[in-house]
Amino acid sequence: MGTSRETILKRTADALAPLKERAAYPDFNDSVAVMPALDRAGDLWAIFSERAKLVHGTPLSGSPAVLANWLREKNHARGYCDPALLPQFGEALAAAGCEVETAFDRARVDDYQFGITRAEAAIAETGTLVLTDGSTSSRLAALAPWTHVAVLKREQIFADVATAVASLPADPNVIWCTGPSRTADVEGILIEGVHGPGVQVAFLLE
Amino acid sequence: MKHQQIDQYAASLPPDKRASVYGGTKSGYDARLRALNTSYTAPDNLRRLAGRIKQHAIENLDTYLPQVEARMLANGVKVHWALDGDEACGHVHRIMEERGAKKMVKAKTMVSEEIHLANYLEKRGMECLETDLGEFIIQIDHDHPSHIVKPIIHKNRREIAASFEREGLGAYNDDPEVITARARQFLRHKYLAADVGLSGANFVSAESGRIVLVTNEGNSRFSIAATKVHIALVGIEKIVPRDRDLGLLLNLLARSATGQQLTSYTEFISGPRTANQPDGPEEMHVIFVDNGRTRVLADDCRPILRCIRCSACLNVCPVYRQTSGHAYRAVYPGPVGAVLSPLLAGDKFPEMADLPKASTLCGACNEVCPVDIPIPDLLLRLRDRGKQVGSKAAAAATPPMGAFGTLAASPALWKVVMKTGGLSALYPTFLMPAAGKTWVRTRGMPKWRGGKFRAWMKDRRAKTKPLEK
Repeated sequence: MGTSRETILKRTADALAPLKERAAYPDFNDSVAVMPALDRAGDLWAIFSERAKLVHGTPLSGSPAVLANWLREKNHARGYCDPALLPQFGEALAAAGCEVETAFDRARVDDYQFGITRAEAAIAETGTLVLTDGSTSSRLAALAPWTHVAVLKREQIFADVATAVASLPADPNVIWCTGPSRTADVEGILIEGVHGPGVQVAFLLE
Repeated sequence: MKHQQIDQYAASLPPDKRASVYGGTKSGYDARLRALNTSYTAPDNLRRLAGRIKQHAIENLDTYLPQVEARMLANGVKVHWALDGDEACGHVHRIMEERGAKKMVKAKTMVSEEIHLANYLEKRGMECLETDLGEFIIQIDHDHPSHIVKPIIHKNRREIAASFEREGLGAYNDDPEVITARARQFLRHKYLAADVGLSGANFVSAESGRIVLVTNEGNSRFSIAATKVHIALVGIEKIVPRDRDLGLLLNLLARSATGQQLTSYTEFISGPRTANQPDGPEEMHVIFVDNGRTRVLADDCRPILRCIRCSACLNVCPVYRQTSGHAYRAVYPGPVGAVLSPLLAGDKFPEMADLPKASTLCGACNEVCPVDIPIPDLLLRLRDRGKQVGSKAAAAATPPMGAFGTLAASPALWKVVMKTGGLSALYPTFLMPAAGKTWVRTRGMPKWRGGKFRAWMKDRRAKTKPLEK
């Protein structure tokens, strides 16, 4: 079993042995690739919203009723809700006539029009949502329905990609979603909602 | 005159295919330029920095490989090593057999193309389904990808609609929106029915053992959400030293590949799902693949191992734009392929030795490369090597230089020929070969001016007085 491993490591060592000098790890600042136009001290939710719209994301904020009414306007009547969010959102969703389940039944994948889960964080610079196994109650519920709503708090927003990388959570599955799922494979024409959500909502709960 | 294979391929390319390839590459090029220049004041500095990080990484793989392996094992990942394609396919097959798995969904990975994984598994009665829309279309058409990021850049919507109709995915409809919606509906049930999700890796952090995957469609996310086993095929050159390097590299990759600030889905995967998570793999396997890479590492062309597969060099290349990716006869097309394919070919180098000649050496590939690979220099080195190994493929379309070589190597002979060359004006035209006759029918032979340079040089020396003190 170990032989291929040993061979590859030996070949690697032999390949590099003749080098008189190895390229050094360059000295650089973590924020080297942060866009200079970013106002890191500004209102991060406002920056996030602006950037999210550029990638066709949907930023919303307010009380649970705001989200429930928005879903209703989109004719979304059935969906999934993270059980941990149900105490806050359950009443408003019911009032708006949205039925929710708190377990995602993969056998009925086509029945869910939306999924509401919690985001781990967000990145203002790029309008990105951060999902993890720890925060997102079901990977499939955040992916398979046409509309995904990630619920977010103001203090969870990172200014930029560099900060988000420096603060990667200790979670085996950290997912950055920047706008909806998209493709341009057919003649370079942009189509949204390929395998994942066609509508990606970032909901700031206030 | 003999033509190179790539010329012949380009000459036979139907005009609509050429138009598709040209349009697709041009838009990719424009998007990249716009994205980099609107985001950054000096994007070139970032490219050079990223190049230095990757060069450091590959020159220290002997340190980083054992380090990343140890991290992965600590993260609960099973690590395998494969010397070549057969061994890598064998690992995948064995992992599937041990789980009693029959069905695999596959997110785009160039390594799996390199090792012909789908073919290997299908021969052994297993299903291996591509999930990236473009790759899915390639699979149902039994075609090959012709671009690293846009695999079906050579196809138009009418061909795709016809393929969908043939495969029973609805009546003919060439609206891209409808095509995509049908693929969505068909593939989501395939994900949910599959046992294994296969991915590649864009980057692997030696520091944390995280593998980084980027997709726009979210297909790798779905593969790793719906299945019970995740297998990642990783070329050993994908390693970066630290997590912090990823900020820079992801920013450059998305902008260089598609002109986005970030790709829609960027995933950092370091192990199987957590206990409280209902969806996703119970086990994760990483297969480190050599398949010729250590040979490239030992070569002075090793900077090509920095490549992050963004396709910017394909999009900008005047040769790729006219010939399409299939002309390169290998998994990796374009300028990067012209360097990498002959090197990965090993003993079969002579068969690929013409590829480095399929370049104008204009340098555009180097200028757009997010990791600043000196592609033109590497192409020149490989051209030279093609001659050294006496490859016929590398010599095609080069005029014979034997007689000139003999002359140029002997100063005395050179002098004689330069002095007496004027006699060539007496050469009777009716004795000329056909091509020469055609030439002189409408033009006269130029007046012989041989030997003038030597005379001028001698004269100049005589006239130049030494400087007075």
